[in-house]
Amino acid sequence: MRNAFAQEIFDLAASDERVVLLMGDIGNRLFDKYRAQFPDRFFNCGVAEANMVSVAAGLASEGMRPVCYTITPFLTYRSLEQIRVDVCYHQVPVILVGTGSGLSYASLGATHHSCEDIGMLRLLPGMTVLCPADALETKSCLAAALGHPGPVYIRIGKKGEPAIHSERPLVQIGHAFPLRSGEKICLLGTGVMTHVALAAADLVSVREGFSPSVVSFHTVKPLDEDFLAQTFATFDLVVTIEEHSILGGLGGSVAEWAARQQGLRARLMALGTADEFLHETSTLKSARRHFGLTPERIADRIDDSFH
Amino acid sequence: MNPGSDLAALATRLRGDVVKMSHRSHVSHLASALSCVDIVVAAYWGVLDVTAENVGSRTRDRFVLSKGHAAPILYAALARLGIIAEETLTTIGQEGSPLAEQPAPYCVPGVEWATGSLGHGLGVTIGILLAARLQKNPVKAVVLLSDGECNEGSVWEAAMFAPSRGLDNLVVVIDFNKWQATGRSREIMALDPLAAKWAAFGWHSEEVDGHDIQALQSAMRAAFARCDGRPSAIIAHTIKGKGVSFMEDDNNWHYLTPNDEQLARALEELGLA
Repeated sequence: MRNAFAQEIFDLAASDERVVLLMGDIGNRLFDKYRAQFPDRFFNCGVAEANMVSVAAGLASEGMRPVCYTITPFLTYRSLEQIRVDVCYHQVPVILVGTGSGLSYASLGATHHSCEDIGMLRLLPGMTVLCPADALETKSCLAAALGHPGPVYIRIGKKGEPAIHSERPLVQIGHAFPLRSGEKICLLGTGVMTHVALAAADLVSVREGFSPSVVSFHTVKPLDEDFLAQTFATFDLVVTIEEHSILGGLGGSVAEWAARQQGLRARLMALGTADEFLHETSTLKSARRHFGLTPERIADRIDDSFH
Repeated sequence: MNPGSDLAALATRLRGDVVKMSHRSHVSHLASALSCVDIVVAAYWGVLDVTAENVGSRTRDRFVLSKGHAAPILYAALARLGIIAEETLTTIGQEGSPLAEQPAPYCVPGVEWATGSLGHGLGVTIGILLAARLQKNPVKAVVLLSDGECNEGSVWEAAMFAPSRGLDNLVVVIDFNKWQATGRSREIMALDPLAAKWAAFGWHSEEVDGHDIQALQSAMRAAFARCDGRPSAIIAHTIKGKGVSFMEDDNNWHYLTPNDEQLARALEELGLA
């Protein structure tokens, strides 16, 4: 996903002179092509994320379109007040791209995990939160963010995520993207979990004899309420799947929405990470297993709940 | 009358404005505003190009009051510049007023940023100047920080960043009044040696009498004339509450607001009664 980001930011900078890339001293060689082509519009802001966000806000206030890129927990948690005050309060169109989100950096320990960032950023007034599912969706989300007049947070993985799309999808901010049409159960995946949702749906199909629907729910904020209303009226079970805490993320957002509705047909099952730090040294695989975010465990929980 | 005494008289009138605003609307941080009146006058009247005519244009110079709690002096200056109506000053902090006790985004022309939270103004200004460079827009900027504000780590992130970008059209003035909210600033955090700290971060750094308007202007003009790729920091030695004897160097006036009798005494001392 980060390579897709690097390609897309290059293309966007080539076609739009307002685009400026700020990064927090990560991505060895990732931006070599960009730097060579647009040296004036590239700022390595060092390991100083709070300042990077303030600088970006100043650039945006003068009509530039800054994109800040660094590892998610440092971009979001470290800089939260700068994001809140300088970006959101001033309504300037800064694009924040957090890389290695969720459990991508599982083996580096919980300092590098980010399972609270969706919740923290979606609370900020005026902030849009996008979680692309794969490399091509990352490109589409970045382009869509550049066309959006306000602040956008884009939460991406690291590298080597399985491809979901065979061609570049049309991403419209605030509109869920159906991937697979089915019945009875609808899986709403967001970010890198969308691929896991597809795999879980395959298992459910084999076990139950029917195919669930699967959706790339890339926009966590603003929530696609029309889509949710239709989905909760059509299906028996709606499952949100995210590499993020069950508190405050996609599942939390949908639960808040559901609490405001009456007579919903479907039940909600929100799957994500538990409200805890992961203290054991883990690989991505074992970290996901720990939190029950493997296709097998997700299919098990759906089976248990559905019967 | 020479220009210096004109500006001194202007500073006195602005002191009267902020004392009256604090009295009428019970706006605190009066002493913080009084300590930087002369810096504000020095920047706006003779160094920066900010006028009622150009304030809506990107080509205006930028005065960023990073110590947002001193907002009344910014509002008063904007009124004296004819950028906002003088009557607006009387509404500060009241329901529906464009003038909050600390500035809101885009509240009135000339307020560059909402700086109620300390440690934001410098980084944002660096972004503004980087944009201006890309847009070939020859602006210059003065950012006014408080000494207490220099507690914030984000100030030093920005201080490390600006020289790396060669921003010689940037001047930071630190209103070094030796107090912060609840005590002596050099006791709460090890601020000293403040000028040497900025120099060590790659800035031109000098100390001036923060109540000598001509000295402040000389320092700012010299800073903008250097054009050698380095930003400048001016450590302005000031007295908190300057201009009203019973407020000077009394940190209670960080929060207190004057009653009717104190207002009368203050205006009398300022020669504005």
